[in-house]
Amino acid sequence: MEIRSKELKWQQGTLVALRFLIGWHFLYEGLHKLIHPEWSSLGFLANSQWIFSGLSEWIISNSAVLNTVDALNTWGLIAIGLGLILGLFTRAASISGALLLLLYYLFNPPFIGMDLSGPMEGNYLMVNKTLIEAVALLYLAVTPLSRSFGLDTLRKKYNT
Amino acid sequence: MSSENNSGIDRRNMLKALAGIPVLGALGIQIFRKTSYDDSHNIQEEIVRELGLEDLMNAIKPITHQQGELIRLGIVGFGIRGPQLASALGFLEKSKFDQTVGNGSLDAQIRDGNLNVAITGICDVFDLHAEFGLATAAYDIHTGGRFASGHPVKRFRHYHDMLADPDIDAIIIATPDHHHAQMAIDAIQAGKHVYCEKSLIHREEEIYATYEVLKNSELVFQQGHQYPQTAAFQVAKEIYKRGLMGKISHVETTTNRNSPNGAWIRHVDSDGNTKTGNAQSIDWKQWLGKAPEVPFSIRRFYSWARYFDYDTILFGQLFSHEYDAVNQLLDMGIPKTVFSSGGQYTYKEFGDMPDMLHTTFEYPHKDLTLTYSANLTSSKARGRTIYGQDAAMTMGGTLSVVPDGSSGQFADLLERGLVDSGSPMLELLQGSRPASVVDAVSSATAQYYASRGLTSTSIGGQEWDVTHLHLKEWLDCIRNGGTPSANIEKAFEEGVVIAMADISYRENCRTEWDPEARQIKRM
Repeated sequence: MEIRSKELKWQQGTLVALRFLIGWHFLYEGLHKLIHPEWSSLGFLANSQWIFSGLSEWIISNSAVLNTVDALNTWGLIAIGLGLILGLFTRAASISGALLLLLYYLFNPPFIGMDLSGPMEGNYLMVNKTLIEAVALLYLAVTPLSRSFGLDTLRKKYNT
Repeated sequence: MSSENNSGIDRRNMLKALAGIPVLGALGIQIFRKTSYDDSHNIQEEIVRELGLEDLMNAIKPITHQQGELIRLGIVGFGIRGPQLASALGFLEKSKFDQTVGNGSLDAQIRDGNLNVAITGICDVFDLHAEFGLATAAYDIHTGGRFASGHPVKRFRHYHDMLADPDIDAIIIATPDHHHAQMAIDAIQAGKHVYCEKSLIHREEEIYATYEVLKNSELVFQQGHQYPQTAAFQVAKEIYKRGLMGKISHVETTTNRNSPNGAWIRHVDSDGNTKTGNAQSIDWKQWLGKAPEVPFSIRRFYSWARYFDYDTILFGQLFSHEYDAVNQLLDMGIPKTVFSSGGQYTYKEFGDMPDMLHTTFEYPHKDLTLTYSANLTSSKARGRTIYGQDAAMTMGGTLSVVPDGSSGQFADLLERGLVDSGSPMLELLQGSRPASVVDAVSSATAQYYASRGLTSTSIGGQEWDVTHLHLKEWLDCIRNGGTPSANIEKAFEEGVVIAMADISYRENCRTEWDPEARQIKRM
């Protein structure tokens, strides 16, 4: 029992740390885009390959749609980041974050013959860090331990 | 646990619940530190400060929307350029309209704005082109394919009839070049404003008479050189005015194409079939005008630019744009001497158009040489570059300024490594209007972003059709007074320069301009 509880504590600690780190990543990505209003998803979308390349072209060709996508992306990242760090609506934030990352992954998957132009900080085949982060978020979503140390614990208590 | 539930939330659990707050605080502090660091380490801003370029982008004229009263236009010549000009004015034939909607590019055309013009007359010697013109003129995309004003479109078989029509205020000339000067003179004398495609002149003799008529008229004349409407040109002009280039010694202009169509072989379609048209559907006598009488020729009709009889070959077709761009920038005017050489080395079948052409224009009174190098058998693009002792500027749809490694003006920046002679220190990317000058400044380190073409500065800005802007400038001057950029003074200089180059090539001699006698001499 002693060992088991210790293990659980470590599991809890590392999962919460993972939640904070991914939250930090999301929130900073969102805030960075907010601080730099000249940012646009245009470059990312223009490079899109595979199944979403047509959708990307459509988004780019219409400035109103592009602006909406940019705003949704920025505020989505901020909301998910805040949710993960504060532990508020953690499950919803984790699932939305995972879906958003999967979308990024599918817009530019590291498949054979779909290399992005320009220098990269690593080399990827099928699997990249976006995909890994998405699966990490899915794990957070399905693991109750990840939801300790957060405002959700208060929410639950008030609700009971 | 049960005691917790009864007494609400104890302190320990409250602290656990708020564990994210310090994380947020830490992120906030780091963002603040990063922003401060970035602000104090912005190389681009440092270059802008050092060069005093903070207000460089103010050089780009804002586009104003001023409609004014309706202007009724007549278009003479509805072959290739005519429909393009109509499109820039907001008129598309129905099937072209549907096609444009289909590929999503109509958006930009409608955004360009309604110029409040009606095309009320079409004149073409070829029935097919004239009918296409009528269908185009009747489809004003700004009014959903109907003329709000209800003006009918007339077809004219002779341009003199069009000039006599009181329902036409202004004329757009888009015929082969050998008609331009006479039509412009006649139109001005008939009281119509004139927009004439380049080149205004075909032969030296036309220059002086045309200049006299157009200069002494209150009516507005604009030649079809739209390049100075671009943001790239306007910024280039400001850079030149501020002396960032240093003393300029060489202006290099070029043309590179590599296809039969690019060599003006246009009487066959892409499948190799001869295009339609014959002596019955084309008024050949009128098409020839003052040109030497020859039997009807489908080659001459479609591929006229290849013949001395109808054009000043590459000089009128493409060098005219090159010259206008650099003349608008530097006000270089007329050279002292010109020498051209070249030949037909690939497309030898017919006509006179050389596929290799090199021309040197000497300006000893300005310590300057202008060169034109054209190659119709290689499409490897070379720029239009102005070489100064401090920097070289390449000016096209994009603009880039590269500092010279031996520049005195930039010695300090070069030494500090803020700029280097291997990459642009200032760059405007294709079709984009940077949000600020900082976005246009490159440094050795920032270069990679720009070279990928992934900069996002065009967002928030708008893409404009430059021909639309050039026509708009003409229309604005008609309504409000003023002189357009490609005015008769510029057209006169260009006419002389083209004639000097053309004579040099055709007669295989060096030509010299006599400014006192105002005539071209053969040497």
